[in-house]
Amino acid sequence: MNTLLQLFTDFSLLSFVAFGGATALLPELHRVVVDQRQWMDATTFAHLYAIAQAAPGPNVLVVTLIGWQVAGLAGALTATLAMCLPMSVAVYLLFGHWERFKGARWQRAVQLGVAPLAVGLIFSGATLVGRSAGLGWAGWGFVFVVAAFAARARFHPLWCIAAGAALGLAGLV
Amino acid sequence: MSPDSRKTPPAVSLAALFFGFSKIGLSGFGGVLPFARYYLVDTCRWLSAEEFNQLLGLCQFLPGPNVVNLAVVVGRRHGGPAGACAAACGLLAGPMAVALLLALLYDAWGTLPQAQAMLRGVAAAGVGLLFATAFRMALAIRRKPAFLPFVALVFVAIALLRWPLPAVMLAGIALSGAVAYGLLRKGGE
Repeated sequence: MNTLLQLFTDFSLLSFVAFGGATALLPELHRVVVDQRQWMDATTFAHLYAIAQAAPGPNVLVVTLIGWQVAGLAGALTATLAMCLPMSVAVYLLFGHWERFKGARWQRAVQLGVAPLAVGLIFSGATLVGRSAGLGWAGWGFVFVVAAFAARARFHPLWCIAAGAALGLAGLV
Repeated sequence: MSPDSRKTPPAVSLAALFFGFSKIGLSGFGGVLPFARYYLVDTCRWLSAEEFNQLLGLCQFLPGPNVVNLAVVVGRRHGGPAGACAAACGLLAGPMAVALLLALLYDAWGTLPQAQAMLRGVAAAGVGLLFATAFRMALAIRRKPAFLPFVALVFVAIALLRWPLPAVMLAGIALSGAVAYGLLRKGGE
């Protein structure tokens, strides 16, 4: 029970700074879950991220899987609810007022200002997950190839994931 | 949205909202936003393209999972509080079931060396996709060089120094937002 409560408190607080969604939150999830609470080791964290990539759905699924690893089904539901509920309530209540502050200078300033922070967070998340996964030179080489391809052309991410699984099984990354 | 267009959102049954958003949730890997637009605007016609952009603007302005926020506002618009719940639950139920099935497999066989090797490869692919996302987002702001130092500062604070995000985010929004506020005053945007 204590763990569930901790999970709920930690994750609902994090949802307030999740600008850029769950993807931008990866480094902080890693810090809280691995370093601070020591609910799992870094390798498991990287594995859960990999599993979330291999399942269809919104990016918030990695939070579901972290909850599962911490406290089973109850943990999965608690973590997901904690991450989604506060801002769902906020968006529900702000829905009718958005017209009034949309386009105001402060609103555009916040939106513009948040973008570079989200970019820095996603670079950080990629670095931390890669380090946690224990990638060697070949692994980072594969990361580079995927990044170079995916940044230029929009092709289905499942191809990258399948290639990663195959190369991993073959012992190449 | 003008008062006129707000008066007449088509009523949609709770089941239609639930299953509609289930379809959206299960369609995409690594984010489902493009499918949300396709389904809501082109297939179901619950929203016009303009209305979709309006609602998405609010969802992307607030923190939290954007697509979940989008489900809440679309559900509310077409079905009130129950509609908001139905849409959000529909979006998450299917993907959560699939992810938890994979988690069961991981619990059973995750310690096998083959599983570990495969997951390392998938994680590497996921990391590559993350870098690509960050790179594309960075390209979008390259015309505003005043913001680029913030990318580097956040990386140093979060990835290298491992500072807690809430403090970094609050300071970051204050500074970066102030720069943006100044640029907007000059008519830079």
